[in-house]
Amino acid sequence: MSTTEIERQWTTRLRKRAAGKLPPEKLLPDTQPAYVSSWIYVFGVTTLAALSLVILTGFILSIRGPQWWHSSSIGHFVNSMHLWSVEIFFFAMIVHLWGKFFMAAWRGGRTATWMTGVVTFLASVGAAFTGYVSQTNFDSQWISTQAKDGINATGAGSIFNVLNLGQMLMWHIVLLPLAAVLLTAVHVLLVRIKGVVPPFEEKTGATK
Amino acid sequence: MAFLWSLAAFIPLDNYGHYIHWGVINISVANFIVVVLMIMTFVAALLLPFPGRNRRKGNQ
Repeated sequence: MSTTEIERQWTTRLRKRAAGKLPPEKLLPDTQPAYVSSWIYVFGVTTLAALSLVILTGFILSIRGPQWWHSSSIGHFVNSMHLWSVEIFFFAMIVHLWGKFFMAAWRGGRTATWMTGVVTFLASVGAAFTGYVSQTNFDSQWISTQAKDGINATGAGSIFNVLNLGQMLMWHIVLLPLAAVLLTAVHVLLVRIKGVVPPFEEKTGATK
Repeated sequence: MAFLWSLAAFIPLDNYGHYIHWGVINISVANFIVVVLMIMTFVAALLLPFPGRNRRKGNQ
């Protein structure tokens, strides 16, 4: 195979493009700018840590199933870990969202970073909702019967039936987590490519 | 273990939820507390000094 042919391969072109956009020292940097030394910058990574715990406890719940998480003490514990890691996930994500909103974090060509965050948030809300209706207890029955009228009023009820436990469980453990994790990965890669948004510059020479 | 059960009894979970009504706003006390905690965390994150901040500035 000639050098020209190798250069034209899609694998070669993709690798060169990826390495150009995101060299290793940018993907896993040694240092961060001085302005990142603030508590407001820790909530993104807190959200990531909570998401990891959500996925890990979700895996364990999937392996053992509803009988286990309803009836055994360890099942109750893992179920509670799943719930509370979701609580921390949303708590940290909202504070992260407020921080980035007031920083106008879409500045400097970071529109895609902002938008992937927005869509990840929406996917996470869907994942949380389908989780509530997949608990297989009276709470999930109550929530699904309350939600069905609202969902049906939008017209989405024809393809998204909240009373269909099998469908809701599939959305909760396959589609929405996949979307949330993939979007989060893209979001983090975009942050690495564009860098953390700097604070607003101080206005110089302003009169009081 | 018995100690943990007695600790759990401090927060009665078998009662009806409490709600706050304010005009069109209707929110459970539990959700309201979470919102207040988020606002407090946000303000604290802006105001509290970050460990090692001065050292990093000095190195620049």
